[in-house]
Amino acid sequence: MRAAKRNYGPLRTADGFKRPTARGLFSSAAAAVVAAMLASCSAGEASSPHSTGAQETDARSLSVGFTAEPASLDFTQQDGAAIPQALLGNVYEGLVKLDAQGRIVPGLASSWQVSQDRRTYTFILDGGAVFASGDPFDADDVVHSITSAKSDWSVSVADVMDVVDSVERLSPTQVRVTLSRPSNDWLFRMTTRVGAMFSSEDTTDRATATNGTGPYTLKQWNRGSSIELEPNPHYRRSAPYFPNVSLKYYKDGTALNNALLSGSIDVISNVSAPESLAQFEGRSDVKVSSGTTTGEVLLAFNNASGPFSDKRVRQAARAAIDKQTLMGTCWAGKGTLIGSMVPPTDPWYEDLTSVPPPNQEHARELLAEAGTPTPAIRLRLPNLPYATSCGQVVKNDLEAVGFTVQMDQLEFPAGWISQVMHGKDFDATIVAHVEPRDMPAVFSPDYYLGYSNPEFARLVTQADTGTPEDEIVDMRAAARLISQDAAADFLFLLPNLTVARSNIEGLPTNSISESFDLTSLRAQ
Amino acid sequence: MTAHLQPLMRRLAALLISAALASLVVFAFMAVLPGDPARVALGLHAGEDAVAQLRAEYGLDRPLPVQYVDWVAGLVTFDLGTSYVSGAEISPQITDRLAVTSWLVGSGLLVALVVAVPAGVYAAVRHRHVDGVAVSALGQVGVSMPAFLVGIVLVTLFSVRWGVLPSSGWVVPAADPAAFVAHLALPALSLGLVQGAVLTRYVRSAVLEVWREDYIRTARAKGLGTVQLVTRHALRNAAIPVLTALGVQLATMLIGSVVIERVFAIPGLGSLLLDSVANRDLLVVQDVVMVLVVLILVLNALVDVLYGFVDPRVREQV
Repeated sequence: MRAAKRNYGPLRTADGFKRPTARGLFSSAAAAVVAAMLASCSAGEASSPHSTGAQETDARSLSVGFTAEPASLDFTQQDGAAIPQALLGNVYEGLVKLDAQGRIVPGLASSWQVSQDRRTYTFILDGGAVFASGDPFDADDVVHSITSAKSDWSVSVADVMDVVDSVERLSPTQVRVTLSRPSNDWLFRMTTRVGAMFSSEDTTDRATATNGTGPYTLKQWNRGSSIELEPNPHYRRSAPYFPNVSLKYYKDGTALNNALLSGSIDVISNVSAPESLAQFEGRSDVKVSSGTTTGEVLLAFNNASGPFSDKRVRQAARAAIDKQTLMGTCWAGKGTLIGSMVPPTDPWYEDLTSVPPPNQEHARELLAEAGTPTPAIRLRLPNLPYATSCGQVVKNDLEAVGFTVQMDQLEFPAGWISQVMHGKDFDATIVAHVEPRDMPAVFSPDYYLGYSNPEFARLVTQADTGTPEDEIVDMRAAARLISQDAAADFLFLLPNLTVARSNIEGLPTNSISESFDLTSLRAQ
Repeated sequence: MTAHLQPLMRRLAALLISAALASLVVFAFMAVLPGDPARVALGLHAGEDAVAQLRAEYGLDRPLPVQYVDWVAGLVTFDLGTSYVSGAEISPQITDRLAVTSWLVGSGLLVALVVAVPAGVYAAVRHRHVDGVAVSALGQVGVSMPAFLVGIVLVTLFSVRWGVLPSSGWVVPAADPAAFVAHLALPALSLGLVQGAVLTRYVRSAVLEVWREDYIRTARAKGLGTVQLVTRHALRNAAIPVLTALGVQLATMLIGSVVIERVFAIPGLGSLLLDSVANRDLLVVQDVVMVLVVLILVLNALVDVLYGFVDPRVREQV
């Protein structure tokens, strides 16, 4: 026993000094790693001291779960729905906003007048609005915000400001905006992020901080996990019910669902996997709400070249796909059939789901008439859940009437934008266009679908420049035209599936605007 | 230079050359990756002029060799640059995220060792008995389980059904130590249990090999009990193959943590990498991948050095 002990005693060098043992080295290394971790954590504490789990003790705090986290907080320079979803209406406000029915109602402007020629808008500002920094909001800020949206914003959504000819201050509470031509769409766009009002004296780094007039201001952004909002001390109206709100981000849909079930969050903003809704049904502690969004899932055709440049081939593809069955198979039957590029919450919605009715025999006849009974196409899918799950159903339906479908997947957004949108290297793709009232932009000739029909262009221009009543009539006609032309197949409208604790009230059923409105939420 | 420092210097030189080659490969991959960061930033309807202008702002219009040299120069001076997307400094982001991932991997490794060493030794010592075989079989089941699946099962049981541990999220240790441990528990178990099962097999086979040696029989003949045999003889001699496996496993865990971070919504290096790839924040992707590569190279070098300390025979060979 002693011999054994001697053999495996501490290792020594020839000069008799004790050499560090493996155990000693491991201990030192472990100590160093732990020290580094503690040092890093302490260093990181200033930027992320808050829990991302819902261990809040304040009964008036709320945690809402989302799937897409903003990459930056600056929607003037970075595109993406996640930034306005978190900040618009809650932190930043516009002159006008949308109500729950989709009507344009006063925001920072208490009223506005439109001139006879529909080119001049005079806004009367709601007095008393103050930015979170303490600067009062006035006409100079409106001039600054509209001017910079027109000239400084880099994102493409700001192109809607091209129609603005001039913007001038009439008094501290009055602003006049003159358009180069009448545009109904311009006022609607003022309800989106493009209409957000910023301080003319603002020095905030908008990528990481905020300064708005809304009821909330940014308390902390824990990158990769949450955005913490706190009350704007200068908000002009009564504070929202929940003073502290945590927006928590979960890339994984299952993790998001589990967060609600385990009490880490109070609301799921939108369930990303509709088949997982079953686990919430029949529970008394949560409630599920199902409404509509502005996300039209398209089977988008390349109208400009390839087999789908022939209208009859496009119509054949539309007739081949049974949308009701498709929605049941790939999206758990959740969603709304639309038949064109208009959600039911838009004023010009019309039920076009029977244009055309699914009829495989008719599809074969159309292909024969086009002289291509077995067209070969490439279906290029973004790697998004709805696209991958619907892709196989679309492929089967198309192949049943004679198409040969070669299907592949592209990483979204970068790979898909590069190959499909920019390279136009596709015959068909499946993608949801989620921007509100995006029919004119999606079916313009220079967009990736390459749809070019002078009558459609005439109708949407007429709708934009006419009276609001004309707009409804013309947009309805335009929607009917793209449906009859089969410029795309309109598979279904994405559902707005929210799940919340049963005591939470005020969640909107339908998602109409870009914003997730926190101000209407209450607890029983 | 003293003789015993030479192997270390050689190892350091090899590490630097590997890192330099890796940087070239990482940069080349990013260069050929389809998808334009400017186009992703500006949105689906962006015009060509706006995209070209933003590309110029990002410096992406410069020749690739210039971009590469600029990036490497930044790396060696620890200036990792600023993110294309957020405009924020990259170094503090990586430091914060690395700390989170280090906790995850470190605690996962601890779980793996706590599981593997006793289980592996037990399975080896009792290899002719039913219980020893059962432990081996259990290890085999563990090896075939993906870590994310273990994570989902653990969340379903501990968070959803019993409500004793949070299902996701992260708490900084200094802010609330108890909540930190609670949030770390399930991710560490998910990562550690699977790796523990893999390591169990290495420990078992290494101990089994030693167990058949003559000196074990001699020690046993002298009256040494099983516990003393294991602690004094078997474990020490079985350490080399286990250490080799541990080196490889650390790298696996570092990469595996990407998936675990996603399942548990942990803001670590893996989630930063995935987000940056999606946003084509190429500089952040390059920097994170290089940090991971250097970490793995350093870990491997450390394991090589450790061999010498664990086994004098290896040191003499070196």
